[in-house]
Amino acid sequence: MEIKLIGSSSPHIRSEQTTQKVMLDVIIALLPALVASVFYFGFSSLVLVVLSVASAVVTEYVLQRMMKKDIAIADLSAVVTGILVAFNIPSAAPWWIAVIGSAFAIAIAKQIFGGIGFNFMNPALVGRAFLLASWPVHMTTGFIDPITDAVTAATPLAILKGVEGEALPLPSIIDMLLGRIPGSLGETSAILLIIGGIYLIYRGVIKWIIPVAYIGTVAVLAVFIDGPSMVLYHIFGGGLILGAFFMATDYVTCPITDKGKIIYAVGCGVVTMLIRSVGGYPEGVSYSILLMNILTPLIDKYVSPKLFGGAKK
Amino acid sequence: MSTKVFTFKGGIHPPHHKKQTEKLSIENAVEPKFVVIPLSQHIGAPCDPLVQVGDKVKVGQKIGDSKAFVSAPVHASISGSVKSIGLHITTGGSKVNCITIESDGLFEVHESVKPKGNIEDLSKEEILAIIKEAGMTGMGGAGFPTHVKLSPPKDKTIDTIILNGAECEPFLTADHRIMLEKPEQIVEGAKAIMKAVGVEKCYIAIEKNKPDAIETMRKAISGVNGLEVVPLEAKYPQGDEKRMINAVTGREVPSGGLPMDVGCIVDNVGTIATIGNVFLTGMPLVQRVTTVTGSAIKNPKNLYIRIGTLFKDIIEQCGGFSEEPGKIINGGPMMGIVQYTTEVPAIKGTSGILVLNKKDAKVPEASNCIRCGKCVDACPVHLQPFMISRQAILNNFEEAEKYYAADCIECGSCSFVCPAKRPLVETIRLAKKEVISKRKKA
Repeated sequence: MEIKLIGSSSPHIRSEQTTQKVMLDVIIALLPALVASVFYFGFSSLVLVVLSVASAVVTEYVLQRMMKKDIAIADLSAVVTGILVAFNIPSAAPWWIAVIGSAFAIAIAKQIFGGIGFNFMNPALVGRAFLLASWPVHMTTGFIDPITDAVTAATPLAILKGVEGEALPLPSIIDMLLGRIPGSLGETSAILLIIGGIYLIYRGVIKWIIPVAYIGTVAVLAVFIDGPSMVLYHIFGGGLILGAFFMATDYVTCPITDKGKIIYAVGCGVVTMLIRSVGGYPEGVSYSILLMNILTPLIDKYVSPKLFGGAKK
Repeated sequence: MSTKVFTFKGGIHPPHHKKQTEKLSIENAVEPKFVVIPLSQHIGAPCDPLVQVGDKVKVGQKIGDSKAFVSAPVHASISGSVKSIGLHITTGGSKVNCITIESDGLFEVHESVKPKGNIEDLSKEEILAIIKEAGMTGMGGAGFPTHVKLSPPKDKTIDTIILNGAECEPFLTADHRIMLEKPEQIVEGAKAIMKAVGVEKCYIAIEKNKPDAIETMRKAISGVNGLEVVPLEAKYPQGDEKRMINAVTGREVPSGGLPMDVGCIVDNVGTIATIGNVFLTGMPLVQRVTTVTGSAIKNPKNLYIRIGTLFKDIIEQCGGFSEEPGKIINGGPMMGIVQYTTEVPAIKGTSGILVLNKKDAKVPEASNCIRCGKCVDACPVHLQPFMISRQAILNNFEEAEKYYAADCIECGSCSFVCPAKRPLVETIRLAKKEVISKRKKA
């Protein structure tokens, strides 16, 4: 009998895990916060997310076609980027903000560096930084207050920083946990974001190290900078939960080793609090992560796992 | 009795796939009409033939030997006449000098095959000589001559022997069945090598997914001084000797070192059972237990086969292929080597013959590394597989060396966990070869 056999290197069995399944888990983890956003900020949230995702996927497809690469949109990474860009813009922002932000994120931060795995900064955060620099008014004043339905600039962190000039009352802790506060589209519902993050940890997609070290650092510094009563506002009042669980943990742009992850996450926390306390912006999560993204190759260079049986140089 | 479970850092949990054969008793294989016995089934110098075409040979007769220390003789596994001596394709993929014996159907045992008497009455040197003469090599896969392992240089003090009953490779159940069915041979073999090396302590390390084997071995060793059963976490590659030493004793074999550097010798339970059989019956290594299994094998079995039986004859006894085979593997799915023909003979190290169907054999397509770090967490040597692989692909072997490419044990854990299905072990193996050959030149 003539049999055709397959020849390949060991191992001959592989795990069920794929890049696509990893990304799908991230999408699932982000959905509860999206539902909360639609509930509190209205239908415009959903429209922005859909447009943002569509823009990310189309941009990826077009660029891969142009560069004659394999079309890899099925790995769902562009969908994740699209959702995260939308989560980082105010709900009252015009539709084209989402479209341009996602297209920029995919094109400039991801595809021109070689696509998935080769971007040195988190694409969604690059998209947000670009939008913030280009259309600061839309990006800092288009928040919806779920209680009054008015468009406002007064996020809890802006109030804390006194950006508004007059002293406004801070929201209740429970409203911050639920997401009933002005803020970017997907960042406000702390409790649902944490549930999503725990799901990712449970599924083995991310480790607990970065979220815990990042949030912990912010909490400790907040005690010293604004006093113990303000700690919860620093943790739940802005983009920290979204950033710590979903953006600082981006595989491509965070250190590989556990020790490296701790250094990176503590760095994120320090820079966040520096920006919030002495910087020009009320919020510092996205810039802090971007800065630490840039340091990641350096951290990886100097922090490596200890070789079994010690190192012989 | 201690219920502590021992293990190491890193590793993976692949599906066991052992259900098909773990409850099946060892079955004697149908006697082959002819056998093809390679003159090199081990690490070290190949043997020279001691017989000529046309000679009559008997079971257990030495037919190949070498003067080199690092080598192991080979024996006739059937009685009959030598039909040819020449190159034949083997499981390593290359053609090797082999002796083909045609059976006379009698299975006459050679005169030299006699019980070796009480181990208590034998000297260290006599035990080592018997083990060498019996053609003993590691039967877990690598095939290192056993007497060499048991003869450490003077400056190395050995205080611990570990019998490796982890059998962490998925699908394989040969060692499991040996522990259940031949525990007295393992105990006899253990006594022999403990005396040969002069150690008081010998552990039998078994993964806890084989509770019946742990139980049986505990019973078998009761009343024997120095033997102890150690349950290990069921994790791959728990059976790698350096991981095993780490799990059992807490010692770390230094990078580039050998088990004897930390006072240990590790031997597979199948090897030890065979050594036990050598002392009890005098029969050298001419048979072994092999698990024949996989998605494309009709009736999976644990077979007691004669060395030199062709894969096709063994597979035929298991009902042949249940569907079109995709891959035929000598060994387990994690480290086994694919075969391109079934005309290869089973050798001393053939712990399993695994036949996967087309679907299971499909090689997945690789995509970009997403730096998820799963390979780093899985690596039992604590390497950064994605980094070494990247440097290897760039032909940047100097950089690969800085990431300790030469320390890779090729266990395949990194490739197994990789969500992007990257060919990590393949590329690291390339870097490892380059680094080692460069070191040799230097």
